[in-house]
Amino acid sequence: MNFKRVTLFAGHYGSGKTNLAVNWAIDLKKRFDRVVIADLDIVNPYFRTKDSAALLKAHGIETVSSEYANSNVDLPALPSEMYGVVQNRLRYAVLDIGGDDRGAYALGRFAPYILEENDFEMIFVANFCRPLTQNAADAYEVMREIEHAGGIPFTGIVNNTNLSRLTVPETVLEGSEKAEELSRLSGLPILFNSVERSLAGLVDLKNVYPIDIQKKYYELY
Amino acid sequence: MAKVLMKGNEAIAEAAIRAGCRHYFGYPITPQTEVAAYMSKRMPKIGGTFLQAESEISAVNMVYGVASAGLRAMTSSSSPGVSLKQEGISYLAGCDLPALIVNVQRGGPGLGGIQPSQSDYFQATKGGGHGDYHLIVLAPASVQEMADLTVKAFDLADKYRMPAMLLADGTMGQMMEPVELPEPAEYKPDKPWTVTGTENRREHNIVNSLYLVPEQLEQKNLERYEKYASVEKNEVMYEEYMTDDADICVVAFGIAARVSKNAITEARKRGIKAGLIRPITLWPFPSGVIRKTADKVKGFISVELSMGQMIEDIRLAEECKKPVTLCSRVGGMIPSPEEVLNAIIKMEGGEN
Repeated sequence: MNFKRVTLFAGHYGSGKTNLAVNWAIDLKKRFDRVVIADLDIVNPYFRTKDSAALLKAHGIETVSSEYANSNVDLPALPSEMYGVVQNRLRYAVLDIGGDDRGAYALGRFAPYILEENDFEMIFVANFCRPLTQNAADAYEVMREIEHAGGIPFTGIVNNTNLSRLTVPETVLEGSEKAEELSRLSGLPILFNSVERSLAGLVDLKNVYPIDIQKKYYELY
Repeated sequence: MAKVLMKGNEAIAEAAIRAGCRHYFGYPITPQTEVAAYMSKRMPKIGGTFLQAESEISAVNMVYGVASAGLRAMTSSSSPGVSLKQEGISYLAGCDLPALIVNVQRGGPGLGGIQPSQSDYFQATKGGGHGDYHLIVLAPASVQEMADLTVKAFDLADKYRMPAMLLADGTMGQMMEPVELPEPAEYKPDKPWTVTGTENRREHNIVNSLYLVPEQLEQKNLERYEKYASVEKNEVMYEEYMTDDADICVVAFGIAARVSKNAITEARKRGIKAGLIRPITLWPFPSGVIRKTADKVKGFISVELSMGQMIEDIRLAEECKKPVTLCSRVGGMIPSPEEVLNAIIKMEGGEN
């Protein structure tokens, strides 16, 4: 894998961007000294990178997120340190962008810095089990809407197709076929297929990236 | 139908569409905004109506209009927004109109906060609006139930000609789970009372809640309560979990029931026989099973995201035969499995 200084994860909301971003940051930290993860989600009130704050801290990863995330304040505000994420080039940065075009609007004001530095990977996270992106054409529409809103072109696709705890290898394989089609439509490469760690070995694909899933308090044992 | 991965709020919207709802009126509020967002994307593609009203009051009265014409209509909001809708809800009840109101609850009172809560239990089950009336109140505890109970709510509302409410909370609205969506059904209303034009072939139908003669209004109320009695007799839904041999019975709905199940698993590992009654209909409340269970358990624990609202219905149901304690967090906080476990251990030890 060729690591860029800035990796951005964007996509349809609920496609698994946050989980992927957290895993990616932890992997980056194994290779590089300073890693920062930034939560640019100004749309979603719950389930944020802040949920993984303890884990990220344990790995020595710096975090930047709205001071209001997971609080009772419903303000679409981002902290000023967010500029440091794109301007300070001494750190490797992971940006978790909010879902859909509405979420990507927040990226707009940071886009000029990222484009000027030109050392970024803008990843479209696709989960073809999501009802409004069940085929390549619908996912492509979302992709274009996000690019338009965020001002940064996508450079690659990640197949993150999953059905949560009901995911089986076939789920990922079916998703990868649709991702291939999206790749043809958009002209972008598929970077990898992200699969929950215990399933990763069972998926017969070339580019499998095993990920850990943040467990939530309401999931049954 | 293959499963898809959905947010609870999206599941409500898609299930409503599949149940034949083509009219959605709403106003954005966290944590239920995805219902409106989903409707705004889907409705124009299927010839339906998505309308962001100028206020919650306006939205609920648009529902009143569509329901009068016999079609399936819904509105959704979160706690402060549902308070605004109460006048319209009372009017819907007073006109015997079927409709669906969704409340994805957040912390209160007042503007409160955006994190999950169950503190609108009183408002939903005891009537937040004025007058003698009830709503059918359904409480989903999974994304699958968000979908299934949305369809059920429309069916029950039509069957009894009364408004129904889906009472969820922020966590249920925001969490993502695999869901098998109901098959789409074409909705053909069979409602001779609707105001759809007489075409000079029948008498006028009137949808109205104003009665100038008190005797007539009294009669109308009496008839409505006969209908409510039949709902109470026929439509109670609940889930029992490990209650067969239980010494301690947890009562919880929605997200609180999910946390409680984890606590019960832990309690059983420690040799404490705990079980759960999960009301699925909050009105009609499953009083019968609680009364029956009172004879065989040491006591009940009401687990709620409120200062203790459902606990009153539990006490009424079991007629104070056994102690009922409260385990709760409020203001957007959720009881942890450990907190519920501690409440179970405390009751097992004889502390009430």
